[in-house]
Amino acid sequence: MKKLAFAALAAMFVLAACAPGSSGSRPVNRQAGDVKKDVAAMGQVTLTIWDQEVRGGQEKQITTLNEQFQRRYPNVRLNRVPRSFDDLRSTLKLGLTGNDAPDVVQVNNGKQDMGAFVKAGLLLPLNGFARAYGWERRFPEPVWRLATYPDTGDVLGEGNLYGVPQTGELVGIYYNKTILAKLGLQPPKTWGEFDATLAKAKAAGVLPIQLGNLDKSAAPHLFTLGMHRFGGPDEQLGLATGRPGASWKTEANRMAAQQLLDWVGRSYLTPGFAGLKGDDSAAKFTKGEGLFHVDGTWLMPDLRSSMHDSVGFLLPPPQSNGEVSVTGGTGIPWAIGAKTKNPDAAAAYLDFITSAEAMKVQAENGGLPVFDVAGQPATGLQREVFDGWLKASSSNAMIPYLDYATNDAYEVVTGGVEQLMSGQLTLNGFLDKLQADLDASHGGR
Amino acid sequence: MAAGEPRRVGYLYILPAFLVYAVFLLIPLLHSGWLSLFDWDGLTPGRWIGLGNYAALVDGEGVIAAFGHVAVLLVFFAALPVSIGLVLATALHRFEVRGLAFFRTAFFLPQVVAMVVVAVAWQRIFSPDGALNDVLRAVGLDGLAHAWLGDSSTALLAVGVVGTWVQTGLATVLFLGGIGKIPGELFDAARLDGALARTEFRAVILPALRAEIGVALTLTVIAALRTFDLVYIMTPLGGPGGSTTVPAYEIYHRAFQSGQVGSAAAIGIVITVLAFSITFAITRITGGQRA
Repeated sequence: MKKLAFAALAAMFVLAACAPGSSGSRPVNRQAGDVKKDVAAMGQVTLTIWDQEVRGGQEKQITTLNEQFQRRYPNVRLNRVPRSFDDLRSTLKLGLTGNDAPDVVQVNNGKQDMGAFVKAGLLLPLNGFARAYGWERRFPEPVWRLATYPDTGDVLGEGNLYGVPQTGELVGIYYNKTILAKLGLQPPKTWGEFDATLAKAKAAGVLPIQLGNLDKSAAPHLFTLGMHRFGGPDEQLGLATGRPGASWKTEANRMAAQQLLDWVGRSYLTPGFAGLKGDDSAAKFTKGEGLFHVDGTWLMPDLRSSMHDSVGFLLPPPQSNGEVSVTGGTGIPWAIGAKTKNPDAAAAYLDFITSAEAMKVQAENGGLPVFDVAGQPATGLQREVFDGWLKASSSNAMIPYLDYATNDAYEVVTGGVEQLMSGQLTLNGFLDKLQADLDASHGGR
Repeated sequence: MAAGEPRRVGYLYILPAFLVYAVFLLIPLLHSGWLSLFDWDGLTPGRWIGLGNYAALVDGEGVIAAFGHVAVLLVFFAALPVSIGLVLATALHRFEVRGLAFFRTAFFLPQVVAMVVVAVAWQRIFSPDGALNDVLRAVGLDGLAHAWLGDSSTALLAVGVVGTWVQTGLATVLFLGGIGKIPGELFDAARLDGALARTEFRAVILPALRAEIGVALTLTVIAALRTFDLVYIMTPLGGPGGSTTVPAYEIYHRAFQSGQVGSAAAIGIVITVLAFSITFAITRITGGQRA
C-alpha cells in the first residue's frame, strides 16, 4: 500500500512538470529591409488561410480577390478554409497552437482573441512588413491602433501591429425617410433635434426606436450612443480599450445610462424588446415599424435591398465642441501565424487583399472599404455610409466596441445593459458592475 | 473450467470496444481532470493550482446559479415528463384508444427533431408577437402577454416547458412498451378483485414499469444536466439577467471565450460526477432484483 501511494505521489510530480501550454520563444519583429516582396521568385508555396468571409458579398469579394491573386502568382497555392465567425473563434486557439498551424488567419481584435494570441507569441508582428509595403499610408491611425498590442497582450491600441483589416464598420443611426417626411421633419443635426424628433414621433403614434435585444447585442449600442453624446473621446477610448485607471463611474456615463432609462420609461423602444431577436427587429424596421434603428454598417446591404431609397444613415450628432464621437472599428483583421514557413508570401497576400484595387472589389460587393472610400462610385445609403466612415475613420473620436476591453467585457456589458433596462440593476449598480470587471482584469489573471 | 465460466480470454473480446472507449472517453476524461488542476488560458503555460479551480466554483456565484438553474430544469426535463408519461401511457392503454400508433408517433416526434430546430421554433412561439401571446390576447388575457424569453422571471420556465414537451414523448413511448409487456391476466385479476383505476395503476402498472421508469429517468436526467443547445439558442448569453445559465454554457464560455480552460474543465468534472451519482442512485432504486 505504501509503495502504491509513493508511486502515485511520484507520478503526480512527474505530471506536474508537464503543465499544459507551451512557452515558445517570441516571434521576431522583422525589419523592413529583410522583407522579400517578389512573390514570383518565392518558388512553389502553399498558404493555408482561415477566414470567416462566408456571407453574401463577403464571400464574393474574397473569392474574387483570391482568383486574381492566383492568376498573378501561379506559384502560390491558396488553401482557403472558410468558417463562420463563431466557428473560427472557437477553433483558432487549437489551430494556432497545433503543428499544422495556418499561415494567414482572421483574428478578432479583442483582448480575449488577438491579445491572448499576442501574449502567447502565436502571431507575427507586422511592423516591418507594414513599412516595406507602406501600409501606414493606407490605414489612418484610429484604424491602425485597433490591431496593435504590446507583448503582454493586455492593452489594445499600444505596441506592435498584428493585423490589417479589409473593411470598416460603424454603428450609426438608420432612419426611415418615408416616416420622417410624413412627420414633416428633417434628419436631426443636433442632440436637441434628436430628442425632439423622438418625442414628436411618439406623440404621432410612431415607434421612435426599433430595438430587439433578446440576443443582448443591440441595446449596448443605445447605451454607447449616450456615451458618445456626453463623454469625452479620451475618456471613452480608455474605457473601450480597458486602459488601467479608466473609470466607469463618471457623470457622463451616468447621463448615458439615464438617457437609456428615460427612453425605456417613455416607451420609445419596441414593446417587448427584451424578448425580440435582433434580426427580427431589423426586419420589422425594413417593414416600416419604427423611425430609427441603431445598428452597424454590416446591415447596409440588407437594408438597401429591402428599403431602397427610403432609408438613410446618420452619424451620432456632434458634441458641443463640434466633434463627432461614434462607435467604429474594422472588419476582422487578417494576421499571420507565427509558425508560418512563408511569412513573406503571407505578407504579400495581406498586401494584395488590402490594396486599392481590393477596396474597389469590396465596394462593388456591397462592403465598406477600410480606405479609399471617397473615390468609390456609390449612391444613396451606400454613399451616406461611405461619407460617414470617411469622417469617422480619420477622427480621434472613433471609439472601439466596448467588448475589446477585458476578457469578459462582452458578457458584462451586454448583460449589464440588459439588467439596467429591465430594472434588475440600478444605475449605480450597473456602473459598479462594469467597473468591477475592469478592475478585475487588471488585478487578477 | 466449466463452459460459460469467466475466463481471461473474455477480456480479449471486449478489448476492441474498450480501446475505442478508452481513447475517446476515458483518456479525455482523465485529461480534463488533469487540466482542471491548472490555471490555464489555453495558450500560455498553465500554472498548477491544485484544487483552486474547484474552490473558486464554490465561491463564484455564477456557477452556483448555473447549478441551481439545472435543478429547476431537472423538474421540467425529468420529473414532469416521467409523471406525464405515466399518466398518458396508462390512459392510452386503459381506454384502448384507436390509432395508438398515430399517438405514439406524435408524442415521440419532438425527440426526432433536432434540438436546434426545436429551439428556433419555440423562440418564435414565445416572442413578443408570437403564437403564445396571440392566443393569450385572443382569449382576452392581454395582461398575461409579455416577452417570455426576455423576462428574467419567466425565461427559465419557458425553456423548461420546451424540455417537458421534448422529453414527455420519450417517456410515454417507453412506458407504453412496458405496459404492453404486462400479462393481461394481471389486469383481469385486479379487476376481479374490484380494483379501481387508481389501485390498478398503483398495484399493477407502477411495479411492472420499474425498469422503464429507471431508464426514462436516467435518460432525461442526463439530458437535463447537459442541456446546452436549447438554452444557448433560445436565451443567448445566459438569458435575461443570467437567469438561464447552465453549467454546460459556463463550460463553453470559459473554455472558448474567456480563456479559463482549467475552470471549464473543473465544471465538466463536477457535472460528470453529478451525473454518475444521480444515475447510480436511480439504478439502485429502480433496478433492484427484477426478474
